[in-house]
Amino acid sequence: MTRAVTNNRKIINTIGAWGIGLLIFFPILWTILTSFKTEGMAIADPPVFLFFDWTMENYRVVQERSNYLRFLLNSIFIAGGSTILGIIVAVPAAWSMAFVPSKRTKDILLWMLSTKMLPSVGVLYPIYLLFIHFGLLDSILGLTLILMLINLPIIVWMLYTYFKEIPVEVLEAARIDGASLKSEILYVLMPMAIPGIASTLLLNFILAWNEAFWTLNLTAAKAAPLTAFIASYSSPEGLFFAKLSAASTMAIAPVIVIGWFSQKQLVRGLTFGAVK
Amino acid sequence: MATQNSRTAARLMMAPTVILLLGWMLVPLTMTLWFSFRKYLPLRGGDMGWVGFDNYVRFVSSSSFWPSVRTTLIIVGSVLLITVFLGILLAILLDQPMWGQGIVRILVISPFFVMSTVSALVWKNIFMDPVNGLFAHLWKFFGAVPIEWLSQKSVQSIIMIVSWQWLPFATLILLTAVQSLDREQLEASEMDGAKPLQRFGYIVLPNLARAITIVVLIQTIFLLSIFAEIFVTTGGAFGTKTLSYLIFQRVLESQNIGLGSAGGIYAVILANIVAIFLMRIVGKNLGA
Repeated sequence: MTRAVTNNRKIINTIGAWGIGLLIFFPILWTILTSFKTEGMAIADPPVFLFFDWTMENYRVVQERSNYLRFLLNSIFIAGGSTILGIIVAVPAAWSMAFVPSKRTKDILLWMLSTKMLPSVGVLYPIYLLFIHFGLLDSILGLTLILMLINLPIIVWMLYTYFKEIPVEVLEAARIDGASLKSEILYVLMPMAIPGIASTLLLNFILAWNEAFWTLNLTAAKAAPLTAFIASYSSPEGLFFAKLSAASTMAIAPVIVIGWFSQKQLVRGLTFGAVK
Repeated sequence: MATQNSRTAARLMMAPTVILLLGWMLVPLTMTLWFSFRKYLPLRGGDMGWVGFDNYVRFVSSSSFWPSVRTTLIIVGSVLLITVFLGILLAILLDQPMWGQGIVRILVISPFFVMSTVSALVWKNIFMDPVNGLFAHLWKFFGAVPIEWLSQKSVQSIIMIVSWQWLPFATLILLTAVQSLDREQLEASEMDGAKPLQRFGYIVLPNLARAITIVVLIQTIFLLSIFAEIFVTTGGAFGTKTLSYLIFQRVLESQNIGLGSAGGIYAVILANIVAIFLMRIVGKNLGA
């Protein structure tokens, strides 16, 4: 009897949750489906869900007309470069705060976090001026630096919370055995820290990939990543739903898949360790 | 124990991060502060000298200031209400036993990974287009006149788009909090005859309070500076100009740097007020 009741509840839960899940996911699903339709089919009334002639035409046109590949490479360089650079800078800092804490460590960590709260629009013009002055406007290097600085607090925090969980005793044992600081980091800390570093890398890659304030305001034709490429579709030119969908699908597919694997890190990274 | 040597090494290792963040914070902010006290129009006469607090007064007395504050409050407040309310319901639903929980989680979390320019454009065109959008088809199907979403219901449309983007974040964090609830306490209360609603009100909700506060604070900081969602949908027209969008327009579109910088300083102060509360909570957690 009780078993039947719980099974019934499980069925209701399953139907409810799947229904809501699909509803939330629907805009993404619909965009992906539309990207395989012809422009005419994309605006058909009543809308066609699955039974249409699937075509790859939109993907070909998007690539040909706007050179999608170049924007993709810009995104990869900017998001990847800023994340890797950030991690190189942040690992030593997070390591020292996690293992050689001082009275001020907590204050320093909170101060670092506070720099993340700085509203970008408040420093838009100074950055714009500095970029012109140093010839960084519309350059991959410039955006890489900005995105590195923006995500640096999150990178330090994530690494810090991961490093904190590494048992200190192991490090002390290595030290007693005469390991130098360098070999302590290379052979003891790194192997234990690599999962944490990998998670940090994934989440911050996603954040940098999707960043849409600086990438829109500091790029023009040369260094524009996918965020700016998509924004260029905002002026309507007749029938273009299918092409917009194809471009969108290509821009979001890589990070959605990465995102699925980093759900847990998302919680830790974006709540600064306050929710685990 | 840490020796003097390792302490020096530790300081050296922190130096790059500290110097970079210090520079990132101080240099542009000092420049903004400096510009905010000057009449500076790069395209119409350049830097025309010190004007004291003139820009600060003019920024708040301009006719677009209060409407933009109102829009900001409406958008941030509504998105917070929607995402937290639905987030709690979803978190509790996703915590129940079911088949395919992992896949449902993936479906629910996905919108968070969609870049804001994509979600804004997809919603604007494929869903909200008054002629060919899916909503227009749906409205016509029921015999209603399709709504011109982004001009007639502009603020509501933006709230809808932004809520869709942030609901996953709220859900995921609240779900993590729900999963760490004390199961024994819940079971005990169930055996003592507490009804589901009572269990929710007296046990679940109080234990979620901290997670809810964190969701509210973090989202507020991000929501105060939403940009692409407005940039590619309405461009600030139809009453969708938020405070940060107004500052953006003053700085880059009308190239009034002094005025925009004064607005920027207001935005920094506003963000800091929210940040102080967030830091308190995070700081407490660090001590443990």
